[in-house]
Amino acid sequence: MLTIQNLQSSIQGIEILKGIDLTVKPGEVHVIMGPNGSGKSTLAQTLAGREDILVTNGSVQFLGQNLLALSPEARAQAGLFLAFQYPVEIPGVSTLLFLKTALNSLRKARGEPELDALEFLNNIQEKVRQVKMDERFLQRSLNEGFSGGEKKRSEILQMLVLDPKFAILDETDSGLDIDALKVVAEGVNSLRKPDRAILVVTHYLRLLEVMVPDIVHILWDGRIIKSGDKTLARELEQRGYEWLTEKA
Amino acid sequence: MSVNSPSLTQLITSDYPHGFVTDVEENTFPPGLNEEVIRKISSEKEEPLFMLEWRLAAYRYWVTCETPQWANVQFPPIDYQSIIYYSAPKMLKKGPKNLQEVDPEILKTYQKLGISLQEQEKLSGVAVDAVFDSVSVATTFKEKLAEAGVIFCSFSEALKRYPELVQKYFGTVVPYRDNFFAALNSAVFSDGSFCYVPKGVRCPMELSTYFRINAANTGQFERTLIVAEEGSTVSYLEGCTAPIRDTNQLHAAVVELVALDNAEIKYSTVQNWYPGDKNGKGGIYNFVTKRGMCKGRNAKISWTQIETGSAITWKYPSVVLRGDHSIGEFYSVALTNHHQQADTGTKMIHLGKNTRSVILSKGLSAGQGKNTYRGLVKMAPGASFGRNYTRCDSLLLGSRAKAYTYPSIEVKNKTACVEHEASTSKIGDEQLFYCRARGIGEEAAVSMIVNGFCKDIFRKLPMEFAVEAQKLMEVSLEGCVG
Ligand SMILES: Nc1ncnc2c1ncn2[C@@H]1O[C@H](COP(=O)(O)OP(=O)(O)OP(=O)(O)O)[C@@H](O)[C@H]1O
Ligand SMILES: [Mg+2]
Repeated sequence: MLTIQNLQSSIQGIEILKGIDLTVKPGEVHVIMGPNGSGKSTLAQTLAGREDILVTNGSVQFLGQNLLALSPEARAQAGLFLAFQYPVEIPGVSTLLFLKTALNSLRKARGEPELDALEFLNNIQEKVRQVKMDERFLQRSLNEGFSGGEKKRSEILQMLVLDPKFAILDETDSGLDIDALKVVAEGVNSLRKPDRAILVVTHYLRLLEVMVPDIVHILWDGRIIKSGDKTLARELEQRGYEWLTEKA
Repeated sequence: MSVNSPSLTQLITSDYPHGFVTDVEENTFPPGLNEEVIRKISSEKEEPLFMLEWRLAAYRYWVTCETPQWANVQFPPIDYQSIIYYSAPKMLKKGPKNLQEVDPEILKTYQKLGISLQEQEKLSGVAVDAVFDSVSVATTFKEKLAEAGVIFCSFSEALKRYPELVQKYFGTVVPYRDNFFAALNSAVFSDGSFCYVPKGVRCPMELSTYFRINAANTGQFERTLIVAEEGSTVSYLEGCTAPIRDTNQLHAAVVELVALDNAEIKYSTVQNWYPGDKNGKGGIYNFVTKRGMCKGRNAKISWTQIETGSAITWKYPSVVLRGDHSIGEFYSVALTNHHQQADTGTKMIHLGKNTRSVILSKGLSAGQGKNTYRGLVKMAPGASFGRNYTRCDSLLLGSRAKAYTYPSIEVKNKTACVEHEASTSKIGDEQLFYCRARGIGEEAAVSMIVNGFCKDIFRKLPMEFAVEAQKLMEVSLEGCVG
């Protein structure tokens, strides 16, 4: 589904990703862990197409397409989704309008008819319940004044509505209370299907207990220095990153 | 409304859509201005004597004035002798009695602009006065309004049929000595709209004037007067377009509003004069004086403006709060793209006790647009417990756009209270990336963010026009990203 080969990228002339290789197959859940500043978000945003990140080397194949040649919107339209570590506020644009605009953009790109307001409302209501959000949030400006946890919930809601083939969750489990964590885990689990894949960036085991990953990668200074099964995460928890770097 | 409605892409990729010229025979004066021209305008319109005298007095004052220089806009000196001061579609000399008498070419023009006068007359609940170049060509719904006692007609007609009413209020809010362009307008104005709502009447429908400049090298100088008697209410909307021409055209209008005790006037503008091309060539100079007088107690005047057109906009719709407990409001969105310049804002002059005013201004600049908010809030010695709240937000798109804010405050009463907030922000790359990462294209994302920014103002527009305003923003922002 996603094949990353020797991906290198830089921000403002500083090299951040120094050669990433990663292959994700349909149905898999991958986890990326790594210390602050190691490049996890940069990897996520390079894949999503942030324009001030310069790809200096390497290739990314996504569902048979050259991902790096696509605009950010075309990547989303191809089925890629990024839940942002720091979701952006858009004053005056209601969550409802934003989601409807996004979904209809995707539908239009796929040649499907756009949903009118009523159809969309029907479509979204069940998902709002699923993430246990108050429906009144839909009328509020997107992310404006949302608490940290509410922003993360709103990202999960967006993921469920847009129904991507490949979702990247950048620390969506950070700063959540226990209920919200459950919402995120269930959200991810509900997306787990044979034809989709998920990449989860996290610092914590909590999420991994509810949502068992297939492979765990450790990102260190712009490189994946180790990959393993879910036990790698537990080992990391006990021994810290130093254990790995000493070996590396 | 979805920003993805099929019309959007169409709108974004289209240039100024109202830029066509209508081929009608016009009765046009030669260019130039002198007392003779003014006498001719007045006699052409068969005006009462007081009007001619006023025009001449205004002209004699105007020749002593100089073009004001204080606005934050640049333009080469205007040659007032090269402007044509009167141009009227020929067959309209006497003024049409009904739509059947209007030149079909002109009706077609309005149809192309999306306002079919015939349909307006039958279907919608909006009464329209259409002003084509210098004269009013048609007013719809006259009979229905007359039943309610509301007078809504062209200014020329009002001068003929209700001269005392006009004389009583004309020039009481904006005297011809008010400023350079008001003096010029007073001397040469050709037509406009007149509206009178009698005591206790709620005007049964939206009133609307649609201004269209067609002829080349012609200035448009219209005059609007709205009087709301005690306890009456009226909501009025004006729209403006002009053909694409590569020379600048002058539009210097004067609007006067008078609200008596407990009366309410809501005046909305969707201004979309031709803004000039991408390189700043051509476009309308929109130098307009608009002022409302809350003459009575509890009177309320509310200005809402969406200013997207014109090469240069220079206007400050103001409210004089004379009556105790009267209210003034100003809601504005001004957008400048490419080389457009806007210097706009308001004046709230608090004279009476317990008067209140609100100013909400949203300035948007894209391309090399220049956007200035200029406002004055004045609390006179008699304005005990007067209150004002002002909020000015600016949004910049791109690095070459500019925004300025010049709020002035004069408080001469210790119990009065003035509050001011301001913000300037940029459409962040982060916001754009976030939208695009959700599959929303760049133009649609910008338009969504901009509409969000303007939402509080759009809400103040009459419903039918809110959607139109939103579309207009999209067209006006065309080509500002990437
Ligand atoms: N706009 C930027 N300008 C300069 N440096 C940047 C920029 N964005 C990211 N970086 C740098 O890139 C490196 C990787 O950042 P990144 O956000 O990818 O880390 P991360 O692994 O996601 O960290 P965290 O766990 O704290 O979220 C950091 O050193 C960061 O300072
Ligand atoms: Mg990060």
